[in-house]
Amino acid sequence: MAKQLIKGNEAIVKSAVLAGCRAYYGYPITPASEIAEAAALYLPRAGGVFVQAESEVSAVNMLYGAASAGVRAMSASSGPGMSLMQEGISYLAGAELPCVIADITRGGPGLGNIAPEQGDYNQVVKGGGHGCYRTLVLAPASCQEMADLTALAFDLADAYRNPVVVMADGFIGQMMEPVEFAAKAKAPGSQPWAVEGNRETRPNLASSIHLEPDRLEQHIRHLEQKYLRAEREAVRCEHYQTGDAEIVLVGYGIVARILKAVVDEVRKEGIKAGLLRPITLYPFPSVQLRALARQAHVFLTVEMSTGQMVEDVRLALEGRKPVEFYGRCGGNAPSAAELVQVVREVARRSSPVLIPDAITKTEVCHG
Amino acid sequence: MAEVPSGYTVLHERPKAFYDTFERKGELQQQTHYCPGCGHGLAHKMIARAIDELGIQDRVIAVSPVGCSVFAYYYFDTGNVQSAHGRAPAVATAVKRSRPEAIVFSYQGDGDLAAIGTAEILHAANRGENITVFFVNNAIYGMTGGQMAPTTMLGQRTTTSPLGRDPFNEGYPLHVCELLATLEAPVYLERVALGNAKQVMAASRAIKKALTNQVKGLGFSLVEILSPCPTIWKLNPAKAQERVREEMVKVFPPGVYRDHTTERAARPAPPPAPGLDELPRLLDLEGHEFDRTGLERPAGLDLRIKVAGFGGQGVLMLGEVLAEAGLLLDLEVSWLPSYGPEMRSGTSNCHVRIADQTIASPLVAQSNVLLAMNEPSLRKFIGDVETGGWVLYNSRSLPEGVTAPAGVEVLCIPFTELADTLGEPKAGNIVMLGALLEAAGQLPAAAIDRALEMHVKSARWLELDRRALELGRETARKELANAYV
Ligand SMILES: Cc1ncc(C[n+]2csc(CCOP(=O)(O)OP(=O)(O)O)c2C)c(N)n1
Ligand code: SF4
Repeated sequence: MAKQLIKGNEAIVKSAVLAGCRAYYGYPITPASEIAEAAALYLPRAGGVFVQAESEVSAVNMLYGAASAGVRAMSASSGPGMSLMQEGISYLAGAELPCVIADITRGGPGLGNIAPEQGDYNQVVKGGGHGCYRTLVLAPASCQEMADLTALAFDLADAYRNPVVVMADGFIGQMMEPVEFAAKAKAPGSQPWAVEGNRETRPNLASSIHLEPDRLEQHIRHLEQKYLRAEREAVRCEHYQTGDAEIVLVGYGIVARILKAVVDEVRKEGIKAGLLRPITLYPFPSVQLRALARQAHVFLTVEMSTGQMVEDVRLALEGRKPVEFYGRCGGNAPSAAELVQVVREVARRSSPVLIPDAITKTEVCHG
Repeated sequence: MAEVPSGYTVLHERPKAFYDTFERKGELQQQTHYCPGCGHGLAHKMIARAIDELGIQDRVIAVSPVGCSVFAYYYFDTGNVQSAHGRAPAVATAVKRSRPEAIVFSYQGDGDLAAIGTAEILHAANRGENITVFFVNNAIYGMTGGQMAPTTMLGQRTTTSPLGRDPFNEGYPLHVCELLATLEAPVYLERVALGNAKQVMAASRAIKKALTNQVKGLGFSLVEILSPCPTIWKLNPAKAQERVREEMVKVFPPGVYRDHTTERAARPAPPPAPGLDELPRLLDLEGHEFDRTGLERPAGLDLRIKVAGFGGQGVLMLGEVLAEAGLLLDLEVSWLPSYGPEMRSGTSNCHVRIADQTIASPLVAQSNVLLAMNEPSLRKFIGDVETGGWVLYNSRSLPEGVTAPAGVEVLCIPFTELADTLGEPKAGNIVMLGALLEAAGQLPAAAIDRALEMHVKSARWLELDRRALELGRETARKELANAYV
């Protein structure tokens, strides 16, 4: 099939339907609303369900219902709506129900603004809900990845019986790029644990309650095992020019796109920079980062926030090499020229000697 | 079910829709976890009986709440979904929509349904979801130990209204049936009570009717059950029942608040799902093919374009057509809009990249083409145009005090005015596109034309845009020729 010029937000919906998604429950919010609008058009056409919920609280609980019934279901939102969904995400993880939620991030806290920011990292990746659970999180950096990672998200959700969030900043949601969609549509599958309203599935129960401490601990351990498996098997990241990199830049989403241009630019000056782009934010590519610490002198994390993922980078490196940070926020993206300056400065400062406590913040959010 | 010894007749058989034994705390028990005299136990039994009588056990999915009835799934031998506090109607909505053949009911207390879950019940009712709701009103929070409920009666003492509910502090008891009866969609709303045998019989009938409505596909039904909570009320079961009978019914009058079961037709069944092979067409994935024979893929191209102007000047569309044409030529492209309040306050812009190499960043900070439809945009972005780049500006000349950076070509043409001569000033963006093609010329006309075709759906506009494009080309040709004379 020929490539199609399409918005990232719309690509999510088409890819979801091709992946067998047949239910969308959501509440409008900029910059994610095109997802609801495309879902309202395409899900009924595909024989699926679209309901505009009365709130994100209801939307996430509708996901819970659809997932209980064994249907591939999704929703989408942005910062404020994601905050409201956190209780439901905890229930979904607790009841081991798969679903996909797209978070097209905007500026916070509070109402903030609707321009792109990456301040949702903590609430989405660390989990803003209660209890010992994790959310698998995929971070597309192009419209093609909006499609591909959405399809992957449904497979991971089923494989781990856990909610999966596709988290992209407003840029990736709003921009248009050529996308090639899956050539074949997947048939909606069936799940042995689903509650379908028939004799075979009558004994099934979707629930997150385990009243007895021993039983709940056993359940939590079981969830933990799944997360450990994900950490071994589901990590994805992209290496760009890291082969001989002395400075490793770390960024995801739109930032990674800008960082690629920065790598090309500073390499012209002889600065050996490379980029590690996490594609899964949880599980985080810690092992891959640690491997780069053998040759790199310094790491520079760039985010459109005051520094959230940088904590995971530091945890991954466990002090092996200095980790510097540069952030813009409030809806401002760093320009390539601005970042070239930062990289030059970091390169000048950093020596090839291991300085475990030289962990500094270069600059914080001067947007 | 245990065998009946000979010589005995079964008068009150356990409903089949109940499990034989209840598993709790790792032990099998015959008793429910409800307190003696609790209305929940009785309500459960009536629901189970109705399921038996309607022969729908295999199809039923019970959605349990958070409250004393959180463990309803211990008892109902049906499909079970346990939901978060107050959210059962949202959960039930999606279960039913996913499995239209299933018979889905939510079972909720007054805190669950009428406090934390008010939005969910109101909207499920208003959408007329084809589900059944059993609403147990005991005027108190049972599970958490006796706090005030939205249905707590005036003067009633609870742990959080220790002096008795005071309308000036806690407001008045919420009347759910009356509230929902203001909506058009619900098909059946009835309030019943468990105050004596007669009331219980009526309750039983209402419960069965509410399930029957769903079997018939009629829509949203809710039965509110005034129910004793002897434990929290600190009354013995008989006194608690008396309170329901004497006090509660006065505040919450039993009765039918809505019954449209005779006049309401069954909801239409959803249309059959299309085949998988039809999905690419239904998802508009087809029709993006383009025959490139004879067209050269421009080599070494790296256009970094910024298009900017007022909302309504077609800035975003102009960018889209450019990107689309690039894609048709098998080039790498990206289009990134400004969005949000900026758009609403009147200005809008987009970044377009068209290159023969992979595009790293879709953001255009330094442009080599600036298409400025108005003066503020020109002033804002002209400084970022690189040497060797182009500025096209929607006027006869640059405004006072504005100069282009050294080595930047400037083409000033009143595009909107020219479009006006075609009868449609809104086509100014396409006149500008024509001029750009003439000036910077790397994109073949055939690709632009096809891109226009893909983005302009109305035949009238397509014809107009084609003329606009030609007008732009011609005007630019003349301007450029003059410039070099
Ligand atoms: C989000 C949330 N808030 C509070 C609670 C605590 N809680 C559990 S049950 C309940 C009230 C239940 O009362 P009601 O719905 O009247 O049911 P009853 O126990 O009386 O049958 C509350 C407040 C909770 N589980 N979740
Ligand atoms: S506390 Fe009240 S509502 Fe809860 S089980 Fe006991 S009697 Fe029933």
